[in-house]
Amino acid sequence: MRLLHYWRATVGIVGRELLRFLHQRERFVSALVRPLIWLFVFAAGFRAALGIAIAPPYETYILYEVYITPGLLGMILLFNGMQSSLSMVYDREMGSMRMLLVCPLPRWFLLCSKLIAGTAVGVLQAYAFLGIAWLYDIQAPLMGYVWILPALLLGGMMLGALGLLLSSFIKQLENFAGVMNFVIFPLFFMSTALYPLWKIKESSEVLYTLAQYNPFSQAVELIRFALYEQFNSQALIFTGAAFLLFIGAAIMGYNPSKGMMVKKGGGGD
Amino acid sequence: MTEIALAVENLSFAYGAKKALDAVSFKVQSGECTILLGPNGAGKSTLFSLITRLYDAREGRIELCGFDIKKQSLQALARLGVVFQQTTLDPDLSVTQNLRYHAALHGIGRKAADKRIQEELERLAMFERRGEKVRQLNGGHKRRVEIARALLHRPSLLLLDEPTVGLDMPSRQAIVSHVHDLVSQQNLAVLWATHLIDEIAADDSLIVLHKGQVKASGKLSEILHTTGWADPGQVFQKLTQGSQA
Repeated sequence: MRLLHYWRATVGIVGRELLRFLHQRERFVSALVRPLIWLFVFAAGFRAALGIAIAPPYETYILYEVYITPGLLGMILLFNGMQSSLSMVYDREMGSMRMLLVCPLPRWFLLCSKLIAGTAVGVLQAYAFLGIAWLYDIQAPLMGYVWILPALLLGGMMLGALGLLLSSFIKQLENFAGVMNFVIFPLFFMSTALYPLWKIKESSEVLYTLAQYNPFSQAVELIRFALYEQFNSQALIFTGAAFLLFIGAAIMGYNPSKGMMVKKGGGGD
Repeated sequence: MTEIALAVENLSFAYGAKKALDAVSFKVQSGECTILLGPNGAGKSTLFSLITRLYDAREGRIELCGFDIKKQSLQALARLGVVFQQTTLDPDLSVTQNLRYHAALHGIGRKAADKRIQEELERLAMFERRGEKVRQLNGGHKRRVEIARALLHRPSLLLLDEPTVGLDMPSRQAIVSHVHDLVSQQNLAVLWATHLIDEIAADDSLIVLHKGQVKASGKLSEILHTTGWADPGQVFQKLTQGSQA
């Protein structure tokens, strides 16, 4: 009976998130416009400026657009993860988060379900982006589109867990804008999303080290290799470990006795 | 049969150095509507946060139908229905979708959920509007949907955190009378936080909370009899005014 309860709750939480997503078409469009601008404008402009050497998983010279496509998939997951946590801050201010936390299920389970729901939305966006990229002639092997699914899921869960962790520290929405600047931009620009590691190493050793150990880089590499039907075990281990670390800390953050909720105090009186 | 639905014993809570609740104790019984009366800043929201386990109190104890909220939180929360001060419905989803979501969180299957949704919405005269998006409802109707939602999983205790704030008089009266009907017909225990005196019925119980302390608790009629004050308005005024000065 208990298992059935967990199953029904998960279906309910994921279903609600997908329904909300379908009802908010502007959210879907804006989630796609961002990476598409990078692809159509930024990548086209930089095509001539940045030469990409042959490096795994690529077996031939590739266009810059092809290189940054996995990075932009990562960007979709990153923004989606942060947006989900932004919605958690909003939900908590508005009270619907309290509605969720007051139901008779363990808090870790509720947070994980919320995370799965947010990731499902991110993965849908990622596939929509891949569809448009396909029409733009950025095409990977067909099986790559299957292999990429677990990579997108793990990457999305890891970045969502980071967002969840941040949301447990943020009291109000206003503080979130600052965190966006301090988290999203450093994660994105200090990664392999836009340029390969060896290229970063040419300009700065420090940046190279930071980019190498940036969990976002590892998620992007996991996605990049999967799209070309290859398995990157280091990226898998690193992304998985980062996920466990972030989700563990987020669960602590939402713990009613130990977490930040106590320190922050409630709204009202 | 009368049972203790909520027992709060010696509960204290502080945000840093600021004490929000100071040794609060009271009981709420089934078949009884207990009004938690207090001015803004009295500690009502903190008390509700602790009862709903948004966070834990280090001092004191809360029991819901005999289950300790800290140690047996899942059993305790399963018996609790809540209407929060702010609307917590999803405005982009329909009434039914919102209620099905809540039913899923409580592990109620689709068939049983739809049956209960119909029952609760019919009771509140909202069944005809089940397909409408919540955004299209007025404040009073949203509140009715929230009450229906809080009752879907058949709780023993219903917590209402200032549910009538911002509503017009007919909507307020409809909610007040509906909740009192629930108490008498279904033996439900209700804890209703408010600062609106006119929401109190003659046979309600009353807890006056001020600056984190319980200033009075018991049946309204008994409090009036013991103190010699005329009405709940005077009780509220006398108990909360002196220390505010």
